[in-house]
Amino acid sequence: MTVADGTARPRNPAWDRRRTALRSFTREFWASRPGRYGLLILLAFVVLALAAPLVADRSGLDTAVARANDVPQWASPSEYPPLGTDYLRRSVWAQFVWGSRVSLFVGLAATVVTIALGSVIGVVSGFLGGRTDAVLMRFTEWFLVIPFLPLAIVLASVLGRSVWNIIFVIGVTSWPATARLVRAQVLTVKQRLFVDRARSLGASRTHIVYRHIMPNVSGLILANATLAVPISILTETTLSFLGLGDPQRPSWGKTLVEAFENGAITLRAWWYFVPAGVGILLVVLAFTLIGQTLEQIADPRLKGRR
Amino acid sequence: MNAAFVGKKILGSISTLIFVLIVNFFLFRVVQKDPVGSLFRGSRVPQAKLDELRDQFGLEDPLPTQFVLYVRETARLNFGISYQTRQPVWDEIQSKIWPTVLLVGVAAILSALFGIIGGFIAAWRRGSATDYSITSSTMVFYSMPDFWLGMLLLVGFAVMLPWFPVGGMSDLGSSATGIEAVIDRLHHLALPALTLTLAYLGEYAIVARSSLLDVMGEDYLTVARAKGLRDKLVRRRHAVPNALLPVVTLAAINLGFVLSGAIAVETVFGWPGLGRATADAIRGPDLPMLQGLFLVFSAAVIFFNLIADLVYVWLDPRVRPT
Repeated sequence: MTVADGTARPRNPAWDRRRTALRSFTREFWASRPGRYGLLILLAFVVLALAAPLVADRSGLDTAVARANDVPQWASPSEYPPLGTDYLRRSVWAQFVWGSRVSLFVGLAATVVTIALGSVIGVVSGFLGGRTDAVLMRFTEWFLVIPFLPLAIVLASVLGRSVWNIIFVIGVTSWPATARLVRAQVLTVKQRLFVDRARSLGASRTHIVYRHIMPNVSGLILANATLAVPISILTETTLSFLGLGDPQRPSWGKTLVEAFENGAITLRAWWYFVPAGVGILLVVLAFTLIGQTLEQIADPRLKGRR
Repeated sequence: MNAAFVGKKILGSISTLIFVLIVNFFLFRVVQKDPVGSLFRGSRVPQAKLDELRDQFGLEDPLPTQFVLYVRETARLNFGISYQTRQPVWDEIQSKIWPTVLLVGVAAILSALFGIIGGFIAAWRRGSATDYSITSSTMVFYSMPDFWLGMLLLVGFAVMLPWFPVGGMSDLGSSATGIEAVIDRLHHLALPALTLTLAYLGEYAIVARSSLLDVMGEDYLTVARAKGLRDKLVRRRHAVPNALLPVVTLAAINLGFVLSGAIAVETVFGWPGLGRATADAIRGPDLPMLQGLFLVFSAAVIFFNLIADLVYVWLDPRVRPT
């Protein structure tokens, strides 16, 4: 291989291999129609969330400003485009746009907590085995059986309402499934010949975990993470709906509970609660589609099943 | 099924129950430094009386002693007094169990039935337009918050088209008896039950579909066809019975959620069950009530998980312990 100035440089086979793997992964992902659609929907929402200040003025969330500007209450989308107003004269479109930030952020951050806890416990349990494994798995089993939503409700009630508490609560209640999955994968990777070879060449346990175990479970962890985001988002919505959301920040769940509690249903003010629900539905669907595609690429046995 | 295996499973469930008790005890002890004080918050009770009550509840004792006391009282179904209604928590819970069992039970049966049938049809015609529409529609229902679906149905079929009542379990003040009361109850049940059925359907359809697809690759189906069995018979006698296994386990596990499965949906429809009681207790916050509800919800899940484990072993000889 020659670089621009003409001097030869030795190829790094590891990087070559990774580049090829990445390229074939991208090609395989894009070839899947569900994966492609999911990614496009998700990108649209990410752009919306990032561009929030450009597409919807934050003052639309302020009742005082709306009152000063003579914005009507409960205006339908045709009276106050694009999505009408609520009982406090706030713009529903502004709530939708700014709410997408909180919902996406909580969904992603809670997933990071879930996956971090779940993979550490899964890898430690599966790799060390023996008594550590037995103790950790018993603990995981306990958490797995306790009903997830009631536990989240109890924790959130105890901790108080804030975005950070919700992220913590979702993370702490939903890691066990990941831990079990990662542990199972670690157990099969551990049996493979290349791990024995590394060990007989004198590799330390840390080296084996980082260089041999982790690369082989990371695909699965990524797929699992993508599939955990929908659960986080739906949980955030439900907790907000039950009155455990952050009172300071507009989220889709908060829009839904406010619409419900202020009689949007009997007033037929569908524009108040339809957009937030559609937003949740699309984002959840997007993550599910992407996650299933990743899972299929990570585990080719699943092919043809979906 | 041998006794040792059953014993081990039961012990496992008991250990989970103890874990739940510990979680419940400590979580609520963390926030509730002074349960007696919060019980009488706002009302004038002499200090001496408060101290006497604190002593009576054992709040001055060290934590381990308090825990033993808590377990003993819980075993006697004494869950404390609700802050909101001033009634014993267990009485409150008891009066709200049956509405929830009715609602979620009906939805569980309907969703299992239609979900399994839909999943099997999709698998048997894999790749067809039928498969595509079943799979994608169940996925859409699976992706929406269940209470939002409830709100949509409510605005559509109770407000805009006033076919169904907007909430509750029966018409207020109605003195109907007999068949009329039953019809009234069903009329109120229709929308919330439909909401939950649609929300649960997806899981069954997905599991049933992939389970049948697994079975369809098996050699014994090829053998059955080679024997000259018709497609319909191959499906009914060989494929479906074997594919039902994971679905039955799922159904047994889901029965555990019969009490806690409709927290937000009950709130939307004003259904007077445990779910709405939870939402009301959150608003208080009515901590003794939340604590009792959490325990009851967890106990139901633990019990039905045990049943699911045992049923699975009974149905599938391959995992039967020797």
